Amino acid sequence: MLIEGIKSRPQYPGLVADPHANHHVFAADGDGAQAIIDLFNRHGAQIKGRVTIVYAETDANSADYTTRLKQLPVEFVHALPTIVTAIRRLQGVLNVARMGTRIYAAGTETLIGLAVQLSQELGMDPQAVLTEHRGTLARRVQCVHCKGFTENVKTNIVKCAHCGTNLLVRDHYSKRLAAFQGVCVDAEIPGELPEIVEVFK
Amino acid sequence: MTASFLRTVRVAEVEPVASRIKRFRLVSADSQPLSEFSGGSHVTVCMKAPDRLIRNPYSLMGSPSDTSSYQISVLKVEGSRGGSEFMHERVEVGTELEISEPLNLFPPAKIARKHILVAGGIGITPFMSMMGELEALGADFELHYGVRSLGDGAFCKLLEARYGKRIHVYLQDQGQLIPLERVLANQPLGSHMYVCGPKPMIDWALRTATLAGWPDENIHSEQFNAPPIGKPFVVKLTKSKREVRVGGHQSILEALEQNGIDAPFLCRGGACGQCETSVAACDGFIEHNDHYLSDAEKASGKKIMICMSRISGDAITLDL
Repeated sequence: MLIEGIKSRPQYPGLVADPHANHHVFAADGDGAQAIIDLFNRHGAQIKGRVTIVYAETDANSADYTTRLKQLPVEFVHALPTIVTAIRRLQGVLNVARMGTRIYAAGTETLIGLAVQLSQELGMDPQAVLTEHRGTLARRVQCVHCKGFTENVKTNIVKCAHCGTNLLVRDHYSKRLAAFQGVCVDAEIPGELPEIVEVFK
Repeated sequence: MTASFLRTVRVAEVEPVASRIKRFRLVSADSQPLSEFSGGSHVTVCMKAPDRLIRNPYSLMGSPSDTSSYQISVLKVEGSRGGSEFMHERVEVGTELEISEPLNLFPPAKIARKHILVAGGIGITPFMSMMGELEALGADFELHYGVRSLGDGAFCKLLEARYGKRIHVYLQDQGQLIPLERVLANQPLGSHMYVCGPKPMIDWALRTATLAGWPDENIHSEQFNAPPIGKPFVVKLTKSKREVRVGGHQSILEALEQNGIDAPFLCRGGACGQCETSVAACDGFIEHNDHYLSDAEKASGKKIMICMSRISGDAITLDL
């Protein structure tokens, strides 16, 4: 079954500093904080101007990360309890941002995808957002049948949280929706499913 | 690209709009109505000069939804290869011309929240249709238009009448230059810049935007270069087993077309990549004049963009 080798599968090349930007806005969740700390250790001298970090404290060790992010030479660290609240705060920051701002996203695919989606809605090309993946590969999946989203999917097959259809999770990704596409897997013989395996760890 | 993609139009109107610039209005001269186009599109005009065939791209300037006629503007360039001179000296009301269908290599970014248009001289032309489209969409835009003098600025008055405060004209003879650094310094996130004009101006605008922290993806440019002139040489073709002489004022593509050889092309300005051709051998040095091939590809000597590049030397062998 075709779940791999699809071109829309996002790639995350890793964070690099933009030496020309005058405002650097970071979105991160969980271990994504370490990617920001690593970037500052590596290229800190090239990060000029203001720095704003929006951080979702999604893991057990996130509070420690928040402390360490605040020790970086940055203006603002906004710590929020969930990805959804962090993206909402990011929206507040970017709504009033000017050109010269560079957007970075680090952490889970869900956090990166939502940050890229928001950036695109605000007129920025997805390629202009610098990204680095850290942490789980669990996916945000859209059911192509009922259009509902199922979060934190770790298995190749998942029951849609909205309509209950058994979905095959494909590599087919929508930047507009910030979600992988899930397609009915047992249309011919309902209930007859391939082996369910945890593939997105 | 072959003759089947061409269509015949008749010149319905010729109007001098500024010093050395003429505007031509073209209407369909075959049975088909003209195609709709999108803002930023151009057509390639074929000119049958006495000694050779010239094809130059010109931006469409009318409203994209108006298919009753096309409008192009041509700056007469002294000492050039003859295309603009042909349009100025030999084309009049009633002249029939062959043109390609519209092609858009300079569309406005659909996701942009604001559009900053930067034009130098005749580089205003693609923005005429682009502003029409943006206006119809209710999009936020502003134009920064640098000209040598008011006499050289085609359409300044028309644009100011139509778009008001969104038009900023800078007259070089009054010491006014586009304050691009200041313009770019305070734009909302999601703004996109478009620049069209002479090469040094484009290079300056791109560099200024980069230094202002604008991502590459937010910066767009279009440039219609004429193929630079040089010394004559010979092109040997491996597939059709022919030899063609390229004149000093001709591009390889033009020489092939003159000899009835079908070669791929789209933009004829070294931008789109359509005419990329493999080089089997070269007795001389390739002068790469395109902005499509990477530096590594240019250095390898294995590829050439035949619409713009030529060689200094005796002969080049191409896989055509």
